[in-house]
Amino acid sequence: MSEPRLTVEGVSVYYGPFRAVHDVSLTVGAGEIVSVIGANGAGKSSLLKAIVGQADRCEGRIAMNGADIGRMGTPAIVRAGVALVPEGRRLFPNLTVEENLSLGWRVGRRGGPRLADVYDIFPVLKERRSSPARVLSGGQQQMVALGRALLADPRFLLCDEISLGLAPTVIADLYALLPGIRDRGIGIVLVEQDIGRSLRASTRFYCMLEGRISLSGSPDAFDRETITRSYFGS
Amino acid sequence: MVAAIVNTLVQGVLIGGLYALFALGLSLSVGVMRAVNVAHGDFIVVVSYLLLSIATGFGLNIFLALALVLPVAFLGGFALQRYLLQRVSGKAVLAPLLVTFGLAIIIQNGLLEGYGADPRVLPGGALETKVVSIFGMQLGLMPLVTLAAAIVLIFALDRLLYKSQVGALIRAVSDDPGAASLIGLSPNQVYGIAMGIVGMTVAVAACFMGLRSNFDPASGPGNLLIAFESVVLGGLGSLWGTLAGGVVLGVAQGVGGQIDFAWQTLAGHIVFLAVLAVRPQGLFPRY
Amino acid sequence: MAKLTSYAAPLRGLLVLGAVALAFGPWLFGGVTQIFLTQFFCMLVLALMWNLLAGYADIVTLGQHGFVGVGAYALYGFTALGGVNPFVAVLLAGLVAFLVAIPTMALVFRLRAVYLAVGTWVVAEALMLTAGKLPGLGQGSGASLPVAVARMLGATPSARFASIYWLAFALALAAFLTTYLLLRSRIGLGLTAMRDNEEAAGAMGVDLRRARILCFLLTAPFLGVAGAVITLQKLRVSPMSSFSVNEWTVFVIFNVVIGGIGSLEGPILGTLLFFVLRDHLADLGPWHLIVLGALSIATMLLEPRGLWGLARRALNFDLIPVSRAPSREFAARFQGGPTPQGEREISAHPAE
Repeated sequence: MSEPRLTVEGVSVYYGPFRAVHDVSLTVGAGEIVSVIGANGAGKSSLLKAIVGQADRCEGRIAMNGADIGRMGTPAIVRAGVALVPEGRRLFPNLTVEENLSLGWRVGRRGGPRLADVYDIFPVLKERRSSPARVLSGGQQQMVALGRALLADPRFLLCDEISLGLAPTVIADLYALLPGIRDRGIGIVLVEQDIGRSLRASTRFYCMLEGRISLSGSPDAFDRETITRSYFGS
Repeated sequence: MVAAIVNTLVQGVLIGGLYALFALGLSLSVGVMRAVNVAHGDFIVVVSYLLLSIATGFGLNIFLALALVLPVAFLGGFALQRYLLQRVSGKAVLAPLLVTFGLAIIIQNGLLEGYGADPRVLPGGALETKVVSIFGMQLGLMPLVTLAAAIVLIFALDRLLYKSQVGALIRAVSDDPGAASLIGLSPNQVYGIAMGIVGMTVAVAACFMGLRSNFDPASGPGNLLIAFESVVLGGLGSLWGTLAGGVVLGVAQGVGGQIDFAWQTLAGHIVFLAVLAVRPQGLFPRY
Repeated sequence: MAKLTSYAAPLRGLLVLGAVALAFGPWLFGGVTQIFLTQFFCMLVLALMWNLLAGYADIVTLGQHGFVGVGAYALYGFTALGGVNPFVAVLLAGLVAFLVAIPTMALVFRLRAVYLAVGTWVVAEALMLTAGKLPGLGQGSGASLPVAVARMLGATPSARFASIYWLAFALALAAFLTTYLLLRSRIGLGLTAMRDNEEAAGAMGVDLRRARILCFLLTAPFLGVAGAVITLQKLRVSPMSSFSVNEWTVFVIFNVVIGGIGSLEGPILGTLLFFVLRDHLADLGPWHLIVLGALSIATMLLEPRGLWGLARRALNFDLIPVSRAPSREFAARFQGGPTPQGEREISAHPAE
């Protein structure tokens, strides 16, 4: 493979007898921002979990740069270069901000991003480095989650609902960071229920409806009504 | 009269130090296993026999024997977690509980087969009989050293867990293993290290148990119950709380023993159940 | 496989026939066999109760011997001290065990699930130590039942054997039927669903906490009556043997685990195997328990559903069906459609 890509082919995800994702395929290139939109329960989060190996049961092929990563455990997938900023942030609530950031496997190793880089991006985290993560505001917690994922030095960054529950100005600040991350050659997948903002930030999008891809392509290629129809079903 | 009461209390506090040693490893292992290690007491006993064999076999000082056993205990805990407990750990309590239950029975009967049922005691040398006088009370040096060991071990574990990178790893993984693997950590590796540390606390507990009291192949369950009660009494997850829990138990047993020797153990259980009834979160819950 | 399923009905018939034959035990078997079967019935009751709690209600108790001992001491108190007829005293012993179970439940359910198991053990230990302190009950060394009490069971030794046999048989039958009906009820469905998926069970409208409390309280009288019947046979109580953790908890757990936890066939199979092998294994001394411990660990690692789980895979049907219905009902309610069949179950991400 000449061009680095994250490829998902014919993936289905199950919870017990329930099929949350149905035969979904998508690709993300390096330095590209791709949105996955869809209503609550459309299977977006399940898809991201499956990519990083946290689905209960999943079928299909998931590959990075041509190499199959579908059968590796989550830590190995993360080390291979796919990082997830999970829904609900999943910080360690009783650990300090600095502990949360500095625990990643790559932190402190040569070549990768350093703690100081994260503090440069989010100066407020440096001020609060000794506070337990649970006392932070929602926006600050999301910064820790994003910083923690970046410290894993990923090639591909998956963001699950990073704007959920945050004030509009905070969301705008977070989204303003994305182009900078992209320009470092990192492929980004944004999963959002909020269509407008994520579509504006991305070059391509996939819309999910009841576990399947109902529409995909460039946001400019479709009118608002077409996207809305594939979002809600008709 | 006052002197007798003070003496009972002091003895209770001193024995509480030993109980805290039993409880530390159990408290830590619950966070790893998500189940109580039913064989915890038996692990302590089996290491006591190991220390006995090394100390008497090679004529070594008991603390030198302990120094030799500590790395073995770390590897033992690590291997137990990685090659046995990890395979049955999951969301259900049942499997890890029953596996450690099976281990407990195997250890008890294996020791019975290997060493016989006679009570043993570890050779403490000069330390055994030394008495020091504090505020006019004659206190055995060994109980004082045991309490000191408990305090030092709690201090060290507290530093390790809350001030070191390894400790942060252990806390992170036991908080949320899924989130830990999302930042590239291997929860199983961390669990193995944590159980290795548990193994080392077991070795220290084994040494002082054998120095302070008789032990036989059937001593394990008694140790487990003491450790369990200390952990719950102290408040789950609180290291200094386990010392408080151990002391409460020790004092309760001491007071019970004053009424009638046979009341000693029962008094401990009754105080435990009474505290559970009025304060289920324990005396010093961490969170 | 389909052919084996056709054996289900005849095998079930055989099982019922066997149970009916056992009802006539005293006319069919000699004294030694009756004693043997009496012990089997009592152990079976303990196994059924532990299995109900650990295999269905998610309460892994290590304190069964506490209620067995309470039943034993209650029987002694009612008969030897109170002069109550032993047939009545057996039932009263169950009542006492039930009454002890209420505060016990209130206490141990305050512990988190992880700690509950050892909590029950502490209670059992406290009960044993208390029994040794009760006035008039022999204290630590125990006491024998007066001959007059034994006489009330029958004039001749063989009549006494028969009385105890029928008591034990009736108890085992009642324990089996109660467990069977409970598991087939809505509560049982909820518990079985909980084993697979807690949220789904909640969605089925079964209050799980109440269901678990019900199970805990339900087992106590059976354990108490079993302790009383055991005592009638042994004619003796003592803290160490009436509250024996090895006899009434350790062996019982091994029997259920090896036989197959979470089924009704498992405890029966395990207890049967225990009695068949008992005399051979007893010669091994401490190795007896080492072998059982190793077997139960191997079971948890290799086939958590035990010997019956292995057998069921070959047979492809339940001899005593309680567990099939709920999983279908669960699937139907949870998804609104049938379980996807024929699709390969591939774990793309094995747990690291």
